[in-house]
Amino acid sequence: MASLKDMRTRIASVKATRKITKAMQMVAAAKLRRAQEAAHAARPYAQRMDQILANLNSRLASKEGMSPLLVGTGKEDTHLLIVMTAERGLCGGFNSNISRRARQDIRRLVAAGKTVKILTVGRKGFDNLRRDYTRQILDRIDLKGVKQLGFVNAEEIAEKVMAMFEAGQFDVATMYYSEFQNVITQKPTALQLIPAKLPEKAEGTQAAKAEAIYEYEPSEEEILGQLLKRNIATQIFRGLLENAAGEQGARMTAMDNATRNAGDMINKLTIKYNRQRQANITKELIEIISGAEAL
Amino acid sequence: MAGTFKIELVSPERVLLSGEATEVVVPGLEGDFTVLAGHAPVISALRPGILDIRDGSSRRRIYVRGGFAEVDPTQLTILAQNLVDIGAAAPGQIAAELQVAEQMLASATDDAGRLLANDALAALKSIDTRAAA
Repeated sequence: MASLKDMRTRIASVKATRKITKAMQMVAAAKLRRAQEAAHAARPYAQRMDQILANLNSRLASKEGMSPLLVGTGKEDTHLLIVMTAERGLCGGFNSNISRRARQDIRRLVAAGKTVKILTVGRKGFDNLRRDYTRQILDRIDLKGVKQLGFVNAEEIAEKVMAMFEAGQFDVATMYYSEFQNVITQKPTALQLIPAKLPEKAEGTQAAKAEAIYEYEPSEEEILGQLLKRNIATQIFRGLLENAAGEQGARMTAMDNATRNAGDMINKLTIKYNRQRQANITKELIEIISGAEAL
Repeated sequence: MAGTFKIELVSPERVLLSGEATEVVVPGLEGDFTVLAGHAPVISALRPGILDIRDGSSRRRIYVRGGFAEVDPTQLTILAQNLVDIGAAAPGQIAAELQVAEQMLASATDDAGRLLANDALAALKSIDTRAAA
């Protein structure tokens, strides 16, 4: 049986933990707001990019001879999985959900006889996948020192991916990240980057079609080629931002749960402690009384 | 024509400028062009150069390094990757861009690349002299 002193120490330690989780929750809440703002601010660029791409894509008569970024290399034997996770843990199932999603696909691809290569972004994904897939991990990118995510970070990753693609190291690239739906829900998502999946323009009204007549300078093919390259960086940037927001959201929820849990535990321990104390007092009283009676 | 049109300058990180303008000079890949209200729809790639935005008498000059411009009769959208607002640039920014341009020139492998890098240098140097004057 734990002594009263042990119990007091235990309660104090749980209280300290509660303070820490509470602080982490508040920090996450503040960071979440900033991350959400960043994700929001980045949206117009991506939307415009999508629009122009969709426009160009619907205008191209034939895709023959187009950049392999759009039509692919003609085979799909080697897959590159870009697994993007957070740098830190203590955010519930956030990191393991992304890794699990990637793992599922790896198993499926391997079963289908494809070669799988992995590029991890963020430390946690690397730690998660390293045990099973050491040989498949080509490279890892850490964003540990990065305070505010910038487009530069995305460009860096995109350049790496492009260099690998041009060297013929893979045929299909897919990005794994967590889509930020709201503070409580993050959905692990896979997005194919190469060959690019462009939104085909739906057969719209006459007005929409009239709007789509642009002149291109230089040629359509050249612009599309350039845009496709840039689009990879844009998509990666989007993934990074969504992840950043999702991570903070997940941490906030996890820490909220932990704080509440610690509170419950303190209550229970306090009750137990008080009972024990009363029992001790009663015992001592009985000892004194029976001692006095014996005289 | 004194009509104004909407201009939006968008970087991957945020919308930098959203407002009205009467006249904008855009450094297109195949030469500078001026956009006025009612311009025919064009999508053009940009070369490094100076974007000159005028609204009546006020004028803003912004250095852009690469990007795209989408023009339609009522709106001009510029998707730019790297940009420096010349009026409000931090002291080191222009110097840093100069370095980037010099690197571009040094690493250019073909004439087209060298030409672009030269343009970037020329544009940046024109800013510097103006600032000094």
